[in-house]
Amino acid sequence: MIKEPFAIGNSWIHKIDPRVKVIFATIYAYVIALSNRFPVLLTALLISILLVWFAHLDLREVIGRLAVVFLFLLLIWVILPFTFEGETLYQFRQIKITLPGVAFSARITLKTMAILLSFMALISTMTIATLGNTLNSLGLSNKLVLLFLMTYRYIFVIEEEYRRLRTAVKLRGFRPGTNIHSYKTFAYIIGMLFVRASIRAERVHQAMRCRGFRGKFYTLNDFSSAGQDRLFSVLFTSITIGLIMLEYY
Amino acid sequence: MTNNNNNEKQIRINLAGIFFKYPGSNKHVLDDLHLHFHSGDRIGIMAPNGSGKTTLLHIIMGILKPDAGIIEIFGKPVRKDKDFEDVRRKIGLLFQDADDQLFSPTVLEDVAFGPLNLGKSRDQAKKIALETLEELGLSGFENRITYMLSGGEKRLVALATVLSMKPEILLLDEPGAGLDEKTKSRLIDVLSKIDLSYILISHDNNFLFELSDSIYTMKNGKIFPCEKTHQHVHSHPHISHE
Repeated sequence: MIKEPFAIGNSWIHKIDPRVKVIFATIYAYVIALSNRFPVLLTALLISILLVWFAHLDLREVIGRLAVVFLFLLLIWVILPFTFEGETLYQFRQIKITLPGVAFSARITLKTMAILLSFMALISTMTIATLGNTLNSLGLSNKLVLLFLMTYRYIFVIEEEYRRLRTAVKLRGFRPGTNIHSYKTFAYIIGMLFVRASIRAERVHQAMRCRGFRGKFYTLNDFSSAGQDRLFSVLFTSITIGLIMLEYY
Repeated sequence: MTNNNNNEKQIRINLAGIFFKYPGSNKHVLDDLHLHFHSGDRIGIMAPNGSGKTTLLHIIMGILKPDAGIIEIFGKPVRKDKDFEDVRRKIGLLFQDADDQLFSPTVLEDVAFGPLNLGKSRDQAKKIALETLEELGLSGFENRITYMLSGGEKRLVALATVLSMKPEILLLDEPGAGLDEKTKSRLIDVLSKIDLSYILISHDNNFLFELSDSIYTMKNGKIFPCEKTHQHVHSHPHISHE
């Protein structure tokens, strides 16, 4: 089941106008991705950690999400330091670790962590529906937003149907192995999954139309800009400018 | 169709000569079907699977387009999708599978979905949603996660999502299916207190006898009064609870 554990909360970060959060998170991600100096990246990471802290997110959940990314980062650390050309940092017989390789891996790690944490703190602290609505109010086309929101629904539906099918085959004694029968069974499950998901999607859409849906999503969230949002805009803008200054001067 | 003569009763839904078949099939599910539905009517339909009950409701809502025939709702002919948008404001359809109907993360958002689509403000929609939940005895459910509700709760919340649009007519597609006796009787209790006209599809005798004033059946793509049960219902006229 897909949950949105970070979306419900009472921290001040949860209360910021979602539009401000989306704009800042986007710009912030670009600034981090395009920066190269370590002081900038370390500062950004610190800011991201602070944001997560302020959002009162469940730390176990945060670490769990980061763990997924660590696998990819591990892959980078296994390959890049050994294959990058440049000044040797450490040599053991034929194997040498280069300084630019390590620096490069470190940069990727820092950037990934900083961007990811900031998105957890800023973007996942709103529900998917709110995010869709926010993107719409920021001028993203209605169709794209709809596609995004519906994809979210379908993933949930598909997962549920998948569980049901898995249980059904399990109850009839199916044990996966490396043989044609297993492959065929999985192919059937996947095929049936698509068929069921599309039929279900059709019915969901019909049900929505019956309740007056005409392609536009509304949410109960309030979008009115409060005075505090201006304060956050100023804060976020100064963070961004500060990081850019740090990078270039 | 009505068991007392009341001159005020107007025809609300008029279907004339409706033909419908599903693509890839050569059998007409609805074959020259005629139906008059008046305000205040509470009719039950009991018919075997595949006889076109759900199809009939979907035709009324404009989800399916008939191959031929005339549909008049609230005295106005409806043909295009645009016409049906008005119909959907005034007629609420409760789907067979509550999971199709509930798609928002929380109960409150789902119940408020209809009112928001009707152009209500956020505060109004929220107020309507909370009131509707209260009417159905679902106070305190507003922040529950929809897909974690039990089957019976889902059905009641799905009903709330339809009622929050303040429809004039309800179309109920097997509301009791898959529910245990206790939940069923709660649903019967809730529905019997709703002062609305409706068409009720059910396989459940209790549902039909408790909730409908006349019972119909469908055969060969047509709809007609069910003789035996008709008598039965007339001998125990249903008095609406106020």
